Amino acid sequence: MTITPSIKRDYLSKLAEQGKRADGRTFNEFRKIEIETGLFSKAEGSARVKIGNTQVVAGIKILIGTPYPDTPESGVMTTAAELIPMASPDFEAGPPREKAIELARVVDRGIRESKIIEVDKLCLEPGEAIWMVFIDIHIIDFDGNLFDTSSLAALAALHNAVIPIERLRPDLEKLQEKFPSVKKYLEEHPTDYPLPLQEPPISCTSVKYNNAIMIDPALDEEEIAEARLTVATDKNGDIRAMQKGLNGSFTVEEIKKVIKDSIDNGIKIREELYKSVGK
Amino acid sequence: MESDIKLIDDNGKRLDGRAPDELRKIKIEVGVLHRAEGSCYLEWGENKVMAAVYGPREALPRHTQNPLRAIVNARYNMAAFSVDDRKRPGPDRRSREISKVISEALEKVILLEKFPRASIDVNIEVLNAEAGTRCAGLTAAGVALADAGIPLKDIPVACAAGKIDGHVVLDLGKEEDNFGDADLPVAISPRTNEILLLQMDGHLTVEEFDKALEMAINGCHIASDIQKKAIMDKYQSAPEVK
Amino acid sequence: MSQEKREIVIPSQLLGDAEGNKAGRGTFIENGKIYSEMLGILSKRSNYINVIPLKGRYDAIEGDFVIGIVREAMASSWLVDINAPYPALLHVNEVPWDVDFGETEKYLNHGDSVMAKILEVNVEKKLQITLKDRNLYKIRGGHITYIEPSKVPRLIGKKGSMISLLKKYTRCRIFVGQNGRIWIDGDEDDIAKVIYAIRKIEEESLAFGLTNRIEELLKKDIKDVQ
Repeated sequence: MTITPSIKRDYLSKLAEQGKRADGRTFNEFRKIEIETGLFSKAEGSARVKIGNTQVVAGIKILIGTPYPDTPESGVMTTAAELIPMASPDFEAGPPREKAIELARVVDRGIRESKIIEVDKLCLEPGEAIWMVFIDIHIIDFDGNLFDTSSLAALAALHNAVIPIERLRPDLEKLQEKFPSVKKYLEEHPTDYPLPLQEPPISCTSVKYNNAIMIDPALDEEEIAEARLTVATDKNGDIRAMQKGLNGSFTVEEIKKVIKDSIDNGIKIREELYKSVGK
Repeated sequence: MESDIKLIDDNGKRLDGRAPDELRKIKIEVGVLHRAEGSCYLEWGENKVMAAVYGPREALPRHTQNPLRAIVNARYNMAAFSVDDRKRPGPDRRSREISKVISEALEKVILLEKFPRASIDVNIEVLNAEAGTRCAGLTAAGVALADAGIPLKDIPVACAAGKIDGHVVLDLGKEEDNFGDADLPVAISPRTNEILLLQMDGHLTVEEFDKALEMAINGCHIASDIQKKAIMDKYQSAPEVK
Repeated sequence: MSQEKREIVIPSQLLGDAEGNKAGRGTFIENGKIYSEMLGILSKRSNYINVIPLKGRYDAIEGDFVIGIVREAMASSWLVDINAPYPALLHVNEVPWDVDFGETEKYLNHGDSVMAKILEVNVEKKLQITLKDRNLYKIRGGHITYIEPSKVPRLIGKKGSMISLLKKYTRCRIFVGQNGRIWIDGDEDDIAKVIYAIRKIEEESLAFGLTNRIEELLKKDIKDVQ
């Protein structure tokens, strides 16, 4: 295990009292964001996102599946995240631990509950065949703020994703023999087309230590954080998902401040996302 | 395996236009990760892999320690999105086997006795897979080990040869792997030509094997030159004084 | 040294004949030839062919001064991380305090930092450190940063020229451990400036004329360099 020296805590706290951070950023400033999309040919969509030194790769697989009985006309999405040992000397191989599960669920909620993926447009034959969208998040370099890096990577990969008509044509042709609606679907969609998406909310995470609150924590800051709050906001500045973490607390005023900073940064990050996907 | 696809034409050209003894394009970047002590990103045709090294560090749990030398834990893992049908995350029997043979190949070139009780952890992530990922992964791991400053007797490298439509060829591509007659992945220590990893499936005559092995070793040497140039380029490029 | 070409070598690279040359650090001999065993800089001195590592963990040498971070307090000793492959043992007899059995936590606990000296590296690579030397103590205040151990000589500079420069322009107290950990104490802005300069030295450790460029950087205000 990597040990955090106690004097680091004191140093960062002292800096925070003066309104400073170790890397020279202001409290409401993100690190440099880099987004690349369309890297992998096997994935229906892919992206690599760097926030500072944190690096995440996300891939989208889209396959034909059967719907859940209670939503027979709706597509299905799942999100999985792996904290692979490549990313940090402290990540171990093996089944996902609490941390990876929380991460995957927070990213999943941000996408699912805000209805970015138009699942009602992913039906091939009600009750029989639908598109399944798998979002897989691979953390490859860990220097803090996995929530925002992962959710941005998932969003970028989704924007890069296509419905793989060409690759699955043999399966679809088999289906259309059984189901007339699939035949109609194939006539309307003769080839690959972008995954139908709506406006995405952008997730921004802040941490608190020594009564200072700062956005996009680097690993050093995250290690000494007392409380953490992730806020996903949409284009209209509305709140679409939140997650508070760690055993410290926020005042109501602090929560409001975090929300405001999340909205402000969300606007800038959304622009970068759109620029990277050519939107 | 029978198929109607003709994998090699009468002029000896393969589906992707390569000659029988031609490798796919290889691209190597060194030191691409911040946390890992050594790292490498490698593209080999459409294969895209990342390798990262941690250690030498105290092997844990303790009972895995060898009092006389370091142990090597290579972990080969395929991303869920790296293949046509989504792969379930986590290790399966295939990736465990590949991890084992890669660990053993790497142990031969690392000066293990310098680090009793330690482990050297090598993580190989396959991000896009298209025939030959174990060779691409091992080749990336070799670069990452050198980048981590691990003492090595050689930088290990791998390449496969195989047989398609009755012809022995170098570095099988996707269809060639699916519909070919044999695949022979080989890893060597390029300084001595010692074989560090060898697997074969399919069907080869002894003569064909000899030819395939020679071809694979030649392929290893080409890949080795690319490895070495990538490491040199990374560390020789000291910034000029302005 | 600073004006000659720094030749980078990689593992397995042929460096010369074993006849007439001596295989030094970072090399191995096979069939009468000397090869490099690591990524490093070639250094030939009086028949000795050495390779000075560019990367890698700290290779502990007896007598080195290092910065350790306490991992665990045990009944009569502490386990201390010194960025080597193995943790080092600090025995109660090797500290300047009278520590009663089982009272180790009162003096040093998990996360505490110490300046220490490598006391012993045995054949099994078991490491022992001591605080019984002048100017060794538990660190209070300031900040710890890190550089590749192989770049420590560059940070110190010829006859300490680089480190003196850092101290002169920032008025910080700086202690450079051979294991790559650096303790800096002073005004927060000055600490930030030292860290920035160290990152620069790390990035450009192989470049010529580095000392002059670092001096230019140190003359500026912290806000202009970050």
